[in-house]
Amino acid sequence: MEVTINNIRKEFDRFPALNDVSLKIASGELIALLGPSGSGKTTLLRLIAGLDFPTSGKIFFGDQDASHHSVQERNVGFVFQHYALFRHMTVAENIGFGLKVRPAASRPPKTEIRRRVSELLDMVQLSGLEKRYPNQLSGGQRQRVALARAMAIEPRILLLDEPFGALDAKVRKELRRWLREFHDRTGHTTVFVTHDQEEALELADRVVVMSQGKIEQVGSADDVYDRPGSPFVFSFIGESSQLPVEVRDGTMLFQGQPIGIAEAGDGAGELFFRPEDVTLVDAPDALFGKVTACRRLAGTRIAEIDIANDGHAPYHVEVEVPLHAPIELGSETRFRPTRWKVFRK
Amino acid sequence: MSEDTRTALGKPPAFRNPADERPLAKILLIGLALVFLAFFLLLPLVSVFVEAFRKGWSEYYEALIEPDAAAAIRLTLLVAAISVPLNLVFGLCASWAIAKFEFKGKSFLITLIDLPFSISPVISGLVYVLLFGSNSLLGPILKSQGITILFAVPGIVLATVFVTFPFVARELIPLMEDQGTGDEEAALSLGASGWQTFLYVTLPNIKWGLLYGVLLCNARAMGEFGAVSVVSGHIRGLTNTMPLHVEILYNEYNFVAAFAVASLLALLALVTLALKTLLELRFGAGAAGGRH
Repeated sequence: MEVTINNIRKEFDRFPALNDVSLKIASGELIALLGPSGSGKTTLLRLIAGLDFPTSGKIFFGDQDASHHSVQERNVGFVFQHYALFRHMTVAENIGFGLKVRPAASRPPKTEIRRRVSELLDMVQLSGLEKRYPNQLSGGQRQRVALARAMAIEPRILLLDEPFGALDAKVRKELRRWLREFHDRTGHTTVFVTHDQEEALELADRVVVMSQGKIEQVGSADDVYDRPGSPFVFSFIGESSQLPVEVRDGTMLFQGQPIGIAEAGDGAGELFFRPEDVTLVDAPDALFGKVTACRRLAGTRIAEIDIANDGHAPYHVEVEVPLHAPIELGSETRFRPTRWKVFRK
Repeated sequence: MSEDTRTALGKPPAFRNPADERPLAKILLIGLALVFLAFFLLLPLVSVFVEAFRKGWSEYYEALIEPDAAAAIRLTLLVAAISVPLNLVFGLCASWAIAKFEFKGKSFLITLIDLPFSISPVISGLVYVLLFGSNSLLGPILKSQGITILFAVPGIVLATVFVTFPFVARELIPLMEDQGTGDEEAALSLGASGWQTFLYVTLPNIKWGLLYGVLLCNARAMGEFGAVSVVSGHIRGLTNTMPLHVEILYNEYNFVAAFAVASLLALLALVTLALKTLLELRFGAGAAGGRH
């Protein structure tokens, strides 16, 4: 099911939680809504589900305007952050709930419900646990019960709110891979909300980066990491450092001094670069500062460098250095970004 | 610590929880509480039953089947049977509204629910006298329609409903607020209607808290004296509830009968207490609310 979101605005007590958001989700796509808390990602998910209604704007399911359809009419599978399993029902009853509450005309007979439940349990690899209650399950198992329950109603689209938020790191990684396989197998259009960029980048076909009620960028993992479209995306995704610079006659100046890299278009701006896109140089026209700390990070070493700022608090940048580079604490180090981006003021 | 020093010092001092009191203080505190409870609660309770059975079983039984006493018991049961379900519904609605929705005047509504707790029951009764009495605005109109409120069953029910209103709501509001709306949203997203959601999801989630609230509400409804006393008119065999009947009998120096009826009320209190304890044992302090 293709979902189109047109100029959605959502206000809570006059405060806009979403501001003019538009997004097109292709059928069968796995999409991540990524952003810090308060960015409006969960609000957007709830609007798609019909658990909240937009102040203005429209939501289409296929060609159908679903803006005023209730959550029941939209027929979406929603997996809640804390699963919201019905604690007084067994696993089987939880999964069968959506079928049981259907109007008599479309309700499958009991035996059929039982068959479907065991099929779904198979699919989420929980066969044998149908008689358990939610509080007798581990976090990862609850997660999968919630997913099976949402899938039972044959939803047109699957929505997951922080699906791995409440799990420990190991289970999270396993389930992440499992969800990807699950998606590839069932082919459902899936939207999930996360604040974990690693999760979003690894799992999703496309990542929607959100901040302060707006979509900052939509793109593949490569797009948002390698070609960030805004200062926010650059600093939110991955590690980065930023410095105020000025471009004059095709040369970049930092604190009025050339730093040895070329950039087109004159004017002031903000220079962004990632720790791994830096090379140490021995030249006068480069950035330089004092190494304040050095830490080992897997196969590399990260040096923290303070660049003096004329009496103000120094600029703090992080650069990746070779393991055997002659870096000493307190020593002055010269470096240049090899890949960078300047966002104009 | 080496072997030598340990023997030199003898046994290491027993671990003592820093939050614990000294043994003497502990005994004193517990003793004080027990003595207080024995004097102020247990002794009066025991004396009720002793007085009731002073002249034996048959006298006790006679006192209870005496027509006026039987009428009082019936009336009390009737009033409870009307007012408890009413407050069950009101309390459920009010706590649902407060716990699951945001709206203007919410804190005012919460204060309003607590009102019967904070004013004297006699005043609650008087309010109805002022509202429905013969000198009031409504009184003559209702009278011309042949409806009597005061000094009749409707008045007693109204006063009882008023006084017992907070019990169910007070029990449910914190419980429902704690549970939030996640389960309901899940049910709705699975296609359940509002009514199905309430029946299959909300109600099972709050049933023990609800039962607890109803128990307390019922105990109070049957035992209410002040408010009912003002609106009842004390007509023997007609508008006397059990507590009122006890007072009348007592004032007539008919102690055995007075205590016999009183013993029923005391028994109700004990049964309520036992059920409440059972609920808490079975479903943990959280389920029964543990407030008040």
